[in-house]
Amino acid sequence: MELILLLFIFVLAAFLGFELIAKVPSQLHTPLMSGSNAISGITVVGAILAVHNDSSGLSVWLGFAAIVLATINVVGGYMVTDRMLGMFKKKGK
Amino acid sequence: MSAETIVNLSYIVAAILFVFGIKMLGKADTAKRGNLLSSLGMLLAVVVTLLNKGLDFPLVIGALALGAGIGFVAAKRVQMTGMPELVALFNGFGGLASLLVGWAEYHRAIHPASIIEQALRAEVPSFTAAVTVLAIVIGGITFTGSMYAWGKLSGKLGGRALSFAGQKTLNALLALGIVASGVVFSISPTAELAYCLLLTVIVLSLLLGIFAVMPIGGGDMPVVISLLNSCSGLAACAAGFVINNNVLVVAGCLVGASGLILTVIMCKAMNRTLKNVLFSGFGATTQVSSGESSGELKPISPEDAYYILEAAKNVIIIPGYGMAVAQAQHAVKELGELLEANDCEVRYAIHPVAGRMPGHMNVLLAEADVPYEQLVEMDDVNPTIEMVDVAIVIGANDVVNPAAANDESSPIYGMPIIEAHKAKTTFCLKRGKGAGFSGLENQLFTAPNTRMLYGDAKATVTNLVAQFKES
Repeated sequence: MELILLLFIFVLAAFLGFELIAKVPSQLHTPLMSGSNAISGITVVGAILAVHNDSSGLSVWLGFAAIVLATINVVGGYMVTDRMLGMFKKKGK
Repeated sequence: MSAETIVNLSYIVAAILFVFGIKMLGKADTAKRGNLLSSLGMLLAVVVTLLNKGLDFPLVIGALALGAGIGFVAAKRVQMTGMPELVALFNGFGGLASLLVGWAEYHRAIHPASIIEQALRAEVPSFTAAVTVLAIVIGGITFTGSMYAWGKLSGKLGGRALSFAGQKTLNALLALGIVASGVVFSISPTAELAYCLLLTVIVLSLLLGIFAVMPIGGGDMPVVISLLNSCSGLAACAAGFVINNNVLVVAGCLVGASGLILTVIMCKAMNRTLKNVLFSGFGATTQVSSGESSGELKPISPEDAYYILEAAKNVIIIPGYGMAVAQAQHAVKELGELLEANDCEVRYAIHPVAGRMPGHMNVLLAEADVPYEQLVEMDDVNPTIEMVDVAIVIGANDVVNPAAANDESSPIYGMPIIEAHKAKTTFCLKRGKGAGFSGLENQLFTAPNTRMLYGDAKATVTNLVAQFKES
């Protein structure tokens, strides 16, 4: 049942993702890409759960590396996107 | 309410924040707030995850701090011109993280730490094994593909497309190997050989990522990165299926789907199809010369260029990657102001894919405080381009190459261009006589009304600015 629910969520999220973006002005392509790239760092949640007390040596360190990498993705991604968007402020308004 | 309920409810809230975040990122006036919303969603998801029992806290916090520190410093220190590479790099890290999560979960399932569990001999269902393979394959391809794209963009690897005989066959073999190992692994994930098969999948995926991106020219990297970004979302989504976690499934899938749409939108801006970008070996083909170009490049001195500009009443500036490399945007803006003071209309014509990423030029010119109103899109410039006295092409190449409009043998045939060759006079600022990023010759440089201004773009523009100030 759990699995069916997840698949259900997956299908709905896919449709939602397709519908979310329709017309995007070309200057926003890069920030949008960078911003959604930051969201894909959500894998950090999975990485945290892998560093568990009942994990043996290798999985702990794999998880540790995954947390570091995913966090770089998340923190860096959001900050870079923010910097880019900060450039688009209309001047003198 | 149990802790688990709180965690799951928070994940739903995080997912809603992601949805709104992506939605708002698509509009100029709400983009910044959208990014903030989605980062709040991320923070919520991470904090709530820390409430789980049995986490190895010191390690988790240490890893989070380390990653946050590296990400923070990288994002702070990067030049605006280096953005595209950095996004590719971050994206690769995200993909690798998903690969590692899949691997770690499998390792944990077959090597339980506690004696009691070992006695039970872990069972890995075939479905879990299959999504583990998916997370690893997509994550692996994303990682090496993004790294290769990063290398191409930052000039560490040549920008040109590389292809060799049998490349497609090799890719097909790699893909076959991945599918075969993955299927056998999924059928019996706890067999003796299963771990070897999984490691095989990891290695083959990493190789495929490199060889899939190799034949794609640097000019198409934005599209490739966008596609890989979509993939890193799917990898996170697959990792979510591995550990039965709804927020990973939702967020990963959202990024996967919206990233795919964005990729298609980018391709449309270049008037190409995704298939054409990925498999045509764009830029690796040797060009058939159409015999139209006289092959004569006519240089002009900055002094003569100044006299022409001084008399001009209508100037468009067409920036490209060369302006980004030379960091010439501030000098360019100064030149624009001086021209305006000289009673001349100045506009900046921005091609949708000028530079290394869509919006690249907008970012640079905004950084130099060029008024938003002076930036015009390609479709608004082209109809009136014959009225333009001088078109100044600063380090742009492929996006002004007339071959795209009139040479059917050209690989970029069909891509909409800014028709700089139709202006009364065109100045091309270029460092040397080399071809553009796509590796193509440019007929614009040999057109009768084109004059070449050789040298570093910043130095050249600064020279022009100085002359205006002296007069």
